[in-house]
Parts: sequence; structure tokens; C-alpha cells
Amino acid sequence: MSENQHEIRLTVNGTDHDVAVPARRLLSDALRHDLGFTGTHVGCEHGVCGACTVLVDGQPMRSCLMFAVSAAGHDITTVEGLARPDGELGPVQQAFRECHGLQCGFCTPGFLTTITAGIAENPEPTEDEARDMIAGNLCRCTGYQNIVKAVCRAAELARDDRAPEGGAA
Amino acid sequence: MKPAPFDYVRPGTLEEALQALAGHPEAKVLAGGQSLVPLLSMRLAAPAVLVDINELPDLDHVRVDAEGVRVGALARHARVLADADVARVQPLVTKALANVAHATIRNRGTTVGSLVHADAAAEMPMVLQLLGGSVDVVGPAGRRTIPVEELYVGPLESSLHHDEIAVEAFFPALAADTGVAFEEIARRHGDYAMCGVAAVVTVDGDRVVAAKAGYLSVSDIPAVVDLTEALGGELRDASLARAAEAALAVLEPETDIHATADYRAHLATVLTARVVTAAYEDARTRAGGSK
Repeated sequence: MSENQHEIRLTVNGTDHDVAVPARRLLSDALRHDLGFTGTHVGCEHGVCGACTVLVDGQPMRSCLMFAVSAAGHDITTVEGLARPDGELGPVQQAFRECHGLQCGFCTPGFLTTITAGIAENPEPTEDEARDMIAGNLCRCTGYQNIVKAVCRAAELARDDRAPEGGAA
Repeated sequence: MKPAPFDYVRPGTLEEALQALAGHPEAKVLAGGQSLVPLLSMRLAAPAVLVDINELPDLDHVRVDAEGVRVGALARHARVLADADVARVQPLVTKALANVAHATIRNRGTTVGSLVHADAAAEMPMVLQLLGGSVDVVGPAGRRTIPVEELYVGPLESSLHHDEIAVEAFFPALAADTGVAFEEIARRHGDYAMCGVAAVVTVDGDRVVAAKAGYLSVSDIPAVVDLTEALGGELRDASLARAAEAALAVLEPETDIHATADYRAHLATVLTARVVTAAYEDARTRAGGSK
């Protein structure tokens, strides 16, 4: 049977992509299969694990719990959009590397997007707040200790990033 | 798994949305989708048409006045949770929302959507039931208010007609000399609770003059039990035990993969004492503070 296709424009990491998808295409699948952003990982596909978390208009959301058609017209940021413009690691990515915040890496994109938004909202998280920030993401390897350290380190790096411009104030 | 095929419309006005629903008895409304999309992906639901209401104007409001809190159909949990006026006028809404799933889910999920999804394991239907709130719906015949006593008719079943859209929920303000508390026990904070209890307690000095508790995950539909008589005006170990017994006489805890019926009954007993006591303390603090 032929399914009705919807012509939509998805804005991913600042670039517009025109794509035709059936209504039932999950945003996670549209990102991975239609647009090739395979950094967004799919774990449980019903909102429990957090691996597929992307930013929608800056807010972390489960891309497996949204349809691509509903995401049209909104700014989507995937893990591919977290690197600096020169290709160097962004603050959260850098912190994960420094703190050994990942092992197999499957859950990591969801953590990186969640924490990126989390430290934008709370630039100086305590360890408890860091745990709360990542409570909706599952990791089977690390035991979370190093991820919590990475949240605090990422916040530090992000503050350092902002310091040069605002330093005189 | 992936959802079965469906037609999709994203109307720009409420009238268009109602037309889309009226034309398709098998249509379903999509707001935040945080409960609906998993049901579709697991193929527990397969509507012929999804009417996405996310682009409808003027439905994302959170309005607070002396009467209570009014939440529009597109207000996300996160927005309601962050509203300081909501916390002031009806603190139980805020306390319960902090337990609704994870922050990421709260960024997309809507409070009104959760209310009409009518899950007895969810926080907000129970809170609406406990507070005696209501939901406003719009259909072909116009707008009507459904009091919560008439809203929940069965497991995952509300009294909304298929051609109606829930547009606003109303949570009444906290009454004078009254306190509230909420606590739930889940395997992981943010997951579905094995048992959750909320309480509303009114005091006169150190006497309890009214006490009600709401229970989630221990019955098919959101359950509220009046504990005033069982408490007999005072909070003691014996009266709290009587209150828990009164509650368990009404509730029907069931066994599932998360907890046995016995364990749920145990949690309900422990949480009843804990939450009623906390609501009592809250009432005493508020009553004292207002004098």
C-alpha cells in the first residue's frame, strides 16, 4: 500500500532540509534514515532510555516520542550540532572525554544534548542537581559517577567559554 | 516497533480541528504525545487520523487568580511546574508535577493531555480528582465543563466524546487553614510509581477538621478517599493506621511486573501516614503564618 507522504522542512543544526515522510515517521527515524544524522541513537523507542534526546527550540525532548511532521518549523539540534564551528569538541563533549563519562557510547548523544540544555539553564549545578539533570537518561556502562563529574566539568568549561567576553564586567 | 499508518492533519484553528475530528470517528488528538506516541509505537492504539493541535493559537496559557489555576491544552508540564503563582495558589499542582516523568518528558508533555489520557498511574488525574477540579472541552455543540467526578469512567477512559477537544483544566485554589503533601515511590525517580499518595488536610488549631487522600497506581481509575472520620480529629499512630485501613478498604491494588498487590498495599499504608502527617504540618504552618 502506498502511504501518503508529507513534504516538510526540518531545520537541523541550523540547516534546512526538505524531505518527504509518511506521517508516522518518528523524528528519531527521520533524523537517522532520511537525513543521515546517525549520531541520534535509538534505544527503547518508548521514551524511557533517553538515548534519542535532541534539542527542540533549545529544550531537550525525546525524538522517538515526536513525529517528524510535528517537528517541522522548529529548530532541532542533534549531537552533530554540539561541536564548535571549527570542529573541536564542545564543552560537554570535552568534559565527557576528560572525565571518562562514556564507555560504549551508545547512550552518550542523549546525555550530551540533555546536559547542553541543562547547564544553559543552570550554569553552576551542584552534584545533586547534576544527578537530577541526567535522571531521565540510562547508561549501562559507567555507573553514572563519571557522568556526574562530567556535568560539573562541562559547566566549568562553558563558564570559561563565556568569561573572555564578559570578563571585564 | 513503529506506529501503524495514519492520516495526519495539523489544523491552524480550533474550528478546523473540530471539523477534522467530526469527520473521522477513528481520529485521535495529538498534543504533547508523550503517552500517545508510545502507545502508537507499541501498536496498542492505531487511530486512522491524528489531529495535531500543537499549532492551535491561544491554548498555551497558565492563568492564576484567587479561585485557582487554569491551564491551557498546550501548556507543557515544565511551564506549569515553573510558574511561581501556581505554586502559591495551589501548591499541590507544583508538588505533583515535579514527579511527572522526567524533565525531558515534561518539556513536551501537556498537563491537560495527561488529564484526559486518564491513566490511574499518572499524577495529575489523581490530583485533579483530589482537588475537585474540572476540564473544559469544546465540541460541535460548543464548550462545556466536565467536573472531575464525571470525567474518569474507566481505565484509561474519560467521558470526553470522540469529537471533543479538551481545551483547559481548572485546579481550585488551596483553601484557608489547609495544607497539602505528595509523595510517591518509584524504582527510579521519574518512572511510573508503584504507589503514590497526595493529601489535603484542613486544621482548626491542632485539630484535623477535614482530610482527604488521593492514590495513584493502586486502582483502575484515580481514587480519592475521605479520611476525616477515620482520623477522628487527631493525628496519632492509631488514627493514622485507621486512615490507612479505610483507604485500603476502597483501593484495589493489583500485581504487575513492578510490584505485588501486597507490596502496593504496604506502600499505600506507609505513604498514607507519611503524607497525611506532612499535609497536616503544612496546614499548621500556613494557618500559623496567616495569623
